[in-house]
Amino acid sequence: MAGLQVEKRVKYKSSVKDPGTPGLLRIKEVMLLFVPEDPKSDSKLKVQTQNIKSQKYTKEGSNKPPWLNLTNKQGRSHIFEFENYQDMHSCRDFITKALAKCEEEPKKPAVSTSSAEQLSIADFELRFKLLRENSELQRLHKQFVESKVLTEDEFWATRKKLLGKDSVRKSKQQLGLKSMMVSGIKPSTDGRTNRVTFNLTPEIIFQIFAEKPAVRQAFINYVPSKMTEKDFWTKYFRAEYLYSTKNTAVAAAEAAEDEELAVFLKPDEILAQEARQKIRRVDPTLDMEADQGDDYTHLMDHGIQRDGTLDLVEPKNDQFKRSLLQDLNRHAAVVLEGRSIDVESEDTRTVAEALTRVKQVSKADSEANQERLERISRVAGMEDLQEPQNFPLAPLSIKDPRDYFESQQGNVLNEPRGAGGLKRNIHEAYGLLKASILDIRTKGLCDPLIKPEVSFEVFSSLTRTISTAKNIIGKNPRESFLDRLPKATKDEVLHHWTSIQELLRHFWSSYPISTTYLHTKVGKLKDAMSNTYSQLEAMKESVQSDLRHQVSLLVRPMQQALDAAFQHYEADLQRRTAKSGGGERPNGCV
Amino acid sequence: MRKKKMIFKIEDVTVYFPYENIYPEQYEYMIELKRTLDAKGHCLLEMPTGTGKTIALLSLITSYRLSRPDSPIKLVYCTRTVHEMEKTLAELKVLHDYQVSQLGAQAKILAIGLSSRKNLCVNPKVLAAENRDSVDAACRKRTASWVRDMAVENKNVELCDYFENHEKAGENALLPPGVYTLEDLRTFGKNRGWCPYFLARHMVQFANVIVYSYQYLLDPKVAGIISKELQKESVVVFDEAHNIDNVCIEALSVSVRRVTLEGANRNLNKIRQEIDRFKATDAGRLRAEYNRLVEGLALRGDLSGTDQWLANPALPHDILKEAVPGNIRRAEHFVHVLRRLLQYLGGRLDTENVEKESPVSFVSSLNSQAGIEQKTLKFCYDRLHSLHVNPLKLQIQMNLCLFRQCATLQLLLGHMQGAFPSSLSLTTKECLIFQILYCSCHDASLAIKPVFDRFQSVVITSGTLSPIDLYPRLLSFNPVVSRSFKMSMTRDCICPMVLTRGSDQLPVSTKFDMRSDPGVVRNYGKLLVEMVSIVPDGVVCFFVSYSYMDGIIATWSETGILKEIMQQKLVFIETQDVVETTLALDNYRRACDRGRGAVFFSVARGKVAEGIDFDRHYGRLVVMYGVPFQYTLSKILLARLEYLRDTFQIKEGDFLTFDALRQAAQCVGRVIRSKADYGMMIFADKRYSRHDKRSKLPGWILSHLRDNLSTDMAIHIAREFLRKMAQPYDKAGTTMGKKTLLTQEDLDKMAETGVQDMVY
Repeated sequence: MAGLQVEKRVKYKSSVKDPGTPGLLRIKEVMLLFVPEDPKSDSKLKVQTQNIKSQKYTKEGSNKPPWLNLTNKQGRSHIFEFENYQDMHSCRDFITKALAKCEEEPKKPAVSTSSAEQLSIADFELRFKLLRENSELQRLHKQFVESKVLTEDEFWATRKKLLGKDSVRKSKQQLGLKSMMVSGIKPSTDGRTNRVTFNLTPEIIFQIFAEKPAVRQAFINYVPSKMTEKDFWTKYFRAEYLYSTKNTAVAAAEAAEDEELAVFLKPDEILAQEARQKIRRVDPTLDMEADQGDDYTHLMDHGIQRDGTLDLVEPKNDQFKRSLLQDLNRHAAVVLEGRSIDVESEDTRTVAEALTRVKQVSKADSEANQERLERISRVAGMEDLQEPQNFPLAPLSIKDPRDYFESQQGNVLNEPRGAGGLKRNIHEAYGLLKASILDIRTKGLCDPLIKPEVSFEVFSSLTRTISTAKNIIGKNPRESFLDRLPKATKDEVLHHWTSIQELLRHFWSSYPISTTYLHTKVGKLKDAMSNTYSQLEAMKESVQSDLRHQVSLLVRPMQQALDAAFQHYEADLQRRTAKSGGGERPNGCV
Repeated sequence: MRKKKMIFKIEDVTVYFPYENIYPEQYEYMIELKRTLDAKGHCLLEMPTGTGKTIALLSLITSYRLSRPDSPIKLVYCTRTVHEMEKTLAELKVLHDYQVSQLGAQAKILAIGLSSRKNLCVNPKVLAAENRDSVDAACRKRTASWVRDMAVENKNVELCDYFENHEKAGENALLPPGVYTLEDLRTFGKNRGWCPYFLARHMVQFANVIVYSYQYLLDPKVAGIISKELQKESVVVFDEAHNIDNVCIEALSVSVRRVTLEGANRNLNKIRQEIDRFKATDAGRLRAEYNRLVEGLALRGDLSGTDQWLANPALPHDILKEAVPGNIRRAEHFVHVLRRLLQYLGGRLDTENVEKESPVSFVSSLNSQAGIEQKTLKFCYDRLHSLHVNPLKLQIQMNLCLFRQCATLQLLLGHMQGAFPSSLSLTTKECLIFQILYCSCHDASLAIKPVFDRFQSVVITSGTLSPIDLYPRLLSFNPVVSRSFKMSMTRDCICPMVLTRGSDQLPVSTKFDMRSDPGVVRNYGKLLVEMVSIVPDGVVCFFVSYSYMDGIIATWSETGILKEIMQQKLVFIETQDVVETTLALDNYRRACDRGRGAVFFSVARGKVAEGIDFDRHYGRLVVMYGVPFQYTLSKILLARLEYLRDTFQIKEGDFLTFDALRQAAQCVGRVIRSKADYGMMIFADKRYSRHDKRSKLPGWILSHLRDNLSTDMAIHIAREFLRKMAQPYDKAGTTMGKKTLLTQEDLDKMAETGVQDMVY
């Protein structure tokens, strides 16, 4: 569809009351052009697609003429009156798609226009956004929606949570900072001369600026008026080098000669100021600074000294000493704070200025105070003496759940072999689980929901089977079996797995079949599943022989799950035909 | 539906407990406490951490007060730190709300937290000062009586509005009943325009519950001012009192350095000038003072609160009636005496060797060399005081504390010598650059004796008071109740381990000859690297000293171990800078809250170990690297050990081990707050598996201890433990035979049958 354009005859109105100027509306992917028929008219209009915020249109069947109302980001609206509804719909669809495209959506959007449900542009945007961010979802969408196995609405109906209002805001998780310290960056040497080279990335510069406000300030002050950026960083690393030698005398001497260098070597004033501000907002139940005023042990000559720490007389060059411990604390604090700015600029100066601005904005003090007090009173109670409280949960976003199982794998490896007698095998664990489910069925839910022993057994046997599958083969415990497969095969296996899950979810949720709609849906799903089934078979055949056994092990549970679904389908079909043969139609449906 | 909070009877007292359930330990604890209160005696109670001592204590004592309306008792609750004070007040607030909701207005009490000016001041100009002493000075500069006198004439003199308003309100400046944390006091003061500090001081006599620092009761200089109004019918509670002997000793110990002496000399010069000036202008005032001194020392009553002078530490009453010795009655003579004293002390500091002296010989040499008698010394402090307050209205504020320090020393010397011969020892410590004169007290009972004598009941309680029979001896008192409670556990929620070897089977220890061995350092590092990768949320590590921590972290950083740790968790460290440590702790908690997880490195005898809790997800594992012995080469410690051996027949080694182990137990005990909580503790030193060390650990740790492990075994145990803890469990422990969580019905049943065997 790319490169296409739609041309329709419309009347353009700048407001509702406006009688309208007849003309041609030409919509391309990037922009929307209105050319009036009367060449003298000045109502020629050009709107960039990316500037369009939303579109509204009149419903078919209402008495109003087919209007399409586009609102741009400045809030101005353009109304086009079409000759008929068909024209309007085609334009509207096109704009919807164009809108999605201009957000760099690579995939062709599939918009269902048939449903009576009115989807706002925002909803569409959200769906596109989700698809764009989640490639797995996108693949599924492509596979099922575009092949008409599922409709757009069905596809999203199972993902209502993703579409919920909260997740809209939170869905873009900000990338945190790495835990590694900047000082851990080792320079590279060329081996022949004494020259060292530091590779500075924007990431590193960001961290340096965030951790050392004095450096940031110096950068804003000196670059480029006094020195070039390169000189600046050379100086900075020179200062770092002086620190690392721990030779305070040399540092002092150099600082005395070079005032710019001295900036890097002196203790950070801005930091000290920030600390003074922060200490006022600290949780009073751990405010040790408050103690200083309260007992006399901090006074120089009071009490006995503990720990044998003799505070030696401070040497003169003390201000050029900086401890590793302070650096570590500072670093961790910055990492914790996270990326406070949203500047993705390569330009160092922009980053520096943005950071400075962020620091200046102080938080609403009273609000923070209130929150602090609430937390104290909540924490003051003893949790198990009172009724459980329900706290709001933050959604957890785990990148790869497999990591967890792999970390558990070491457990099994390390387990002493002799302890095997105690362990139950997976069947026993399964039996336990089944028994307890039966128990719940008969007795109903009670607290605790599941006996701790049962859940423990099930849990550990689960982790064990998952990890043993890998252990049998993996010589290297860190490498799982999946990783040993060729990448294409691995991706295929994973993809099949997710698509089978998706299909099965829809399949089982369609039962009991009460409407014709569900009936056709199940039929479609069944076809898709048998399709996948054969694909699995084909994949099993195609892999190399040494991997075949393992792949079939992986594939077997999927096939089993599919088999169960087929069985159910057949049984249900038989029952229904039997019933309909008797002349009765359940719920009056076909 | 929510269950009702508890009301139950202990003998004749109706106890209001602000939760739906109660631990059997807490119930037992209350019974013992009630018996103590009935007997009007002192008691010693050890109950493991994480069983809710504080709330049990508070709810029993406040309920006791309610049940005896005719003779209401006052609760004086001493905490070691300000943040513990805040925590206590927060718990009290919950309790108070509940009691008021049950009983209405009659249950209302006034509870205040008391702290220094620095923590209570609301005057922004005063607060701008950096540390405690400059805040104090800035406050005095605006509130001292002579400044206020001056302000009447001179409009330019700056006063503190908050203080003036409070003074104007006079006796009517009262706090309505309620529970006030420091923050609440500040808010109240700000709204009313009253100075929160002086308001709180004023309210001490009316408050039903006072929460403040140990020092306000133990340090005689402070206690004389703040706590003198407290009536005998008070219950004094020392919480977290396992270190109380050290606190007592510190309250009475003083050291003098060269800077101190120099400061004192400068002040003396200023006094001298003032006296000269007065001689020329206003000789009458000096004469009046002289006359009063002749009549006796009964001049201490006319002080306004702001001109507070640290009270005389140990002035017996008979001395008050004695006349001031003739040679210091005249102001200029007195200054001469002081000058001689300073010179003598300066001379002593010049020594090149470490000297240790008993007070007797010190005083006699003082007499022979400087010609100052012991009796004169006794009066120095008050004489200086009288000079300061009465005639001169001295405007010397700067550095006065330095001078005070000197004066305190003299006074301690003067008095202690007669009363408690061998309790003090004098050490002149000489280092390369500087000399210090230490005057350290060795008898812990000296400072606490007035408290035991004065108040009806004193409760000493902590999570670790073992061996419990040692404390009465150290503090020389007779408890009516002395008991150590066991912890009944619903599940094995603690997992203490002794790690003796690294994964390469080499022993680990912080013993002096081993601590810098690279193998030990590496093994310690590997232990942590492995642990941070399997333990969720917070991990805390304690080291034996700052210098050791510094060294080991530097080594870890060089060898890349630190980097490995940082891949799993953020690293925060306690430093000697309190502000930085506080911020680091705050960040540490936030990292745990957010699920990022963090490691906190701390020092076993540092400030963090003293009072910060690492409960719940803030601490799932504590690693105690090494045995936190005191610095055994310290002369002061040696002198104290000698004293203990001579007086109580406690062997040096025993005391050192006892002291180290209580510290270690205290450190690791900070991870448990309730029975729903769980945590692991690792004692990483081969010496812990020796019998003499292990036996001194508290029982609740010992009963779960897994001994003699290597790193890989510990990792394995930790994995199993964590997985077990993640399972749901039966909170009430009904299936185990004995209940670990009691409900209202359980207590009612117990009351009916009158049996207590349900508890254990």
